[in-house]
Amino acid sequence: MSGLVIDDVSMTFELPNGGKVEALKNINLNIKEGELMSVLGPSGCGKSTLLNILAGFLAPTGGKMSLSGEAITSPSPKRGMVFQHGALFEWMNVSKNIGFGPKMKGTPQAEIDNKVAELLEIVGLQDFGEKMIYEMSGGMQQRVALARCLANEPDVILMDEPLGALDALTREKMQSLVLDIWKKTGKTIILITHSVEEALLLGERLLVMAPRPGRIHKEYNLPFAELGVGQDLREVKRHPEFGTRRDEILSMIWDMEEEIMGRTENA
Amino acid sequence: MFEEILSLLSTTFWMILGIAVIAAVYLGISALCSFVNNVITRNRAASKGFGSLKTVTFGDESSVVANRVASVLAVVAIFFLWGVFTGSKLLGPLAFLPGPFVGESSFEYTATNAAGESDTATVYVTVTSFKDKATKKKAIEDGGDGFAKHDSVAIAERRSGILRVQNNDDGGKEEGYGVTAINGQAIARNQIVPFGDGEILMTSKGSLSIRPATGATMEALYLPPPEKVWNTFWQLNRDGYQGVGLWENVFWSLARVVIGFGLGCLFGIPLGFAMGLNNWMRGWFDPIVEFMRPVPPLALIPLIIIWFGIGEQGKISLLFLASLWIMTIAARAGVSGVNISKVHAAYSLGATKRQLLSKVILPNSLPEIFTGARVAMGVCWGTVVAAELVAAEKGVGKMIIAASKFQLTDIVIVGIVIIGVIGFAIEVAMRKAENKLIPWKGRG
Repeated sequence: MSGLVIDDVSMTFELPNGGKVEALKNINLNIKEGELMSVLGPSGCGKSTLLNILAGFLAPTGGKMSLSGEAITSPSPKRGMVFQHGALFEWMNVSKNIGFGPKMKGTPQAEIDNKVAELLEIVGLQDFGEKMIYEMSGGMQQRVALARCLANEPDVILMDEPLGALDALTREKMQSLVLDIWKKTGKTIILITHSVEEALLLGERLLVMAPRPGRIHKEYNLPFAELGVGQDLREVKRHPEFGTRRDEILSMIWDMEEEIMGRTENA
Repeated sequence: MFEEILSLLSTTFWMILGIAVIAAVYLGISALCSFVNNVITRNRAASKGFGSLKTVTFGDESSVVANRVASVLAVVAIFFLWGVFTGSKLLGPLAFLPGPFVGESSFEYTATNAAGESDTATVYVTVTSFKDKATKKKAIEDGGDGFAKHDSVAIAERRSGILRVQNNDDGGKEEGYGVTAINGQAIARNQIVPFGDGEILMTSKGSLSIRPATGATMEALYLPPPEKVWNTFWQLNRDGYQGVGLWENVFWSLARVVIGFGLGCLFGIPLGFAMGLNNWMRGWFDPIVEFMRPVPPLALIPLIIIWFGIGEQGKISLLFLASLWIMTIAARAGVSGVNISKVHAAYSLGATKRQLLSKVILPNSLPEIFTGARVAMGVCWGTVVAAELVAAEKGVGKMIIAASKFQLTDIVIVGIVIIGVIGFAIEVAMRKAENKLIPWKGRG
């Protein structure tokens, strides 16, 4: 079976005081190859935990996952990750950061150089190869992080709120970039976000998760990602359905937050 | 016990007073310089930098910039005070504190003999400076008329001399013969009477203790004037001290530091990494490191001497122990400081454990290791000097302690200045290396 399969995955954390937190409960998902999926939910709904499990950084307490039929038990270059704050190596320049994955595999330097040049162009950093990480803005750093992930040619790209720390304008440019890359490379992308608009724009498929226990609350199949490729994203946002969906999801999350607040107050 | 504590408290009290007075004088000079500087620079155009437009400056640390004029003046002031209090020739008329009396002086004494008659005679006092090795007293050719005869005495600068003037007087050794006045002022036993260039104390036995004025400057034994230290420096530079060249001493101290520190790094950094990466190693070495870290290296000197003697091995072992724990803790902190997402990133980019260690953890902990290295170098430099004070054949510390035994304060001061300058140079070199090797520090 190809694609990413999540079969009845649960994650229960034991607290030091003896209590238990069900971060994830019985998650079942089938993600097709080349799918762009965004995951949305209030804080504490387990979306980051889910991503960490998929990356292989955490072992679930129940259930199993596989990618193209191969069980996921540890980190693997087949599942690339883009972190919220880049997690770049600041002791290397941009080119070396991007070439890190291939270099670890022992790819010949000439081949790495070609690949890095190509990726620099894709993410729009042609002239920045020799720059050090600390000389770049947050937006540029995320471009490098994206390129570094792509350099390894992963089957799946996991994005953990990659645009969360960027300002609004840079964020919009990066959203376009993510769509472009998705279309150009045909990679499976799973993107976690706090922003409803971003989730709508960058999700063929949108998952709304609910907390306590962490579970899938609702699923949407949306046309906006396809519309947004090569398009002005502001145009897409003017689509009448976009507004309706946004309001619907916003009030859904609002209700969840209210419920959490109420529950804490009663407890 | 109670009295000792009381004495400790009283010492503390006097120290507070002393420090307060010194601080007041020094700050007064600083305030005066500041005032003069403000007057001079008042009419200059204000700087046009962004900082000059800030209205809130008090409390904004970033708007406080060291005033370089103040720094220069502070150093000048230190040398000025040094010169004033030691009566430096360099200052010329600015050295306003009176120096000790040197030269010829005299006073008259009045003696009364057993018969109740009085007579006067003169005492010639020659005060010679330290530079004149032979102190020559004035020759008396004619003892003078009357039963009291003239005397002469030679005294070294800042010292006092005891003279029994009646010894050469006619009948001076008889019962009832005694000195009754100095320059016409009555004197009795245990009394002090001033004369032109000093004072005279009559001892309880009736002799005269002549004390020429010592002035208000410090004796070179306690603090030599700057020019003397400077000359001593050049002399040491040329001839060395006790057969060892000045720079040979410096070289040996530095060599010990470099080797001891190097050994500390060689073993401390891997140990720190092991502690940062492995539960068992963390648990195994935690009690040792936590116990050894607060033990000051100087406390180990006696044990080290007992174990290794006073040779090079002992000193290097001491410096190794001084730097080992610092480097271990720095390396451990470096590993703990690696952001977990960087480790995750490296693994999901396909790095092996070995690659993670060399390509991520090592470079990522360099800033911490460098901070540790700076501290360790400082501690090692302080420790080597202390170790040499205890026992060594060569080294700056050895030079100081040997010179101090002969009260050669100028050599001691040269040594202290060299130790300070080298310590500062080490710190500057480490900072330069840091900027060069880990430019990303503090900018991640």
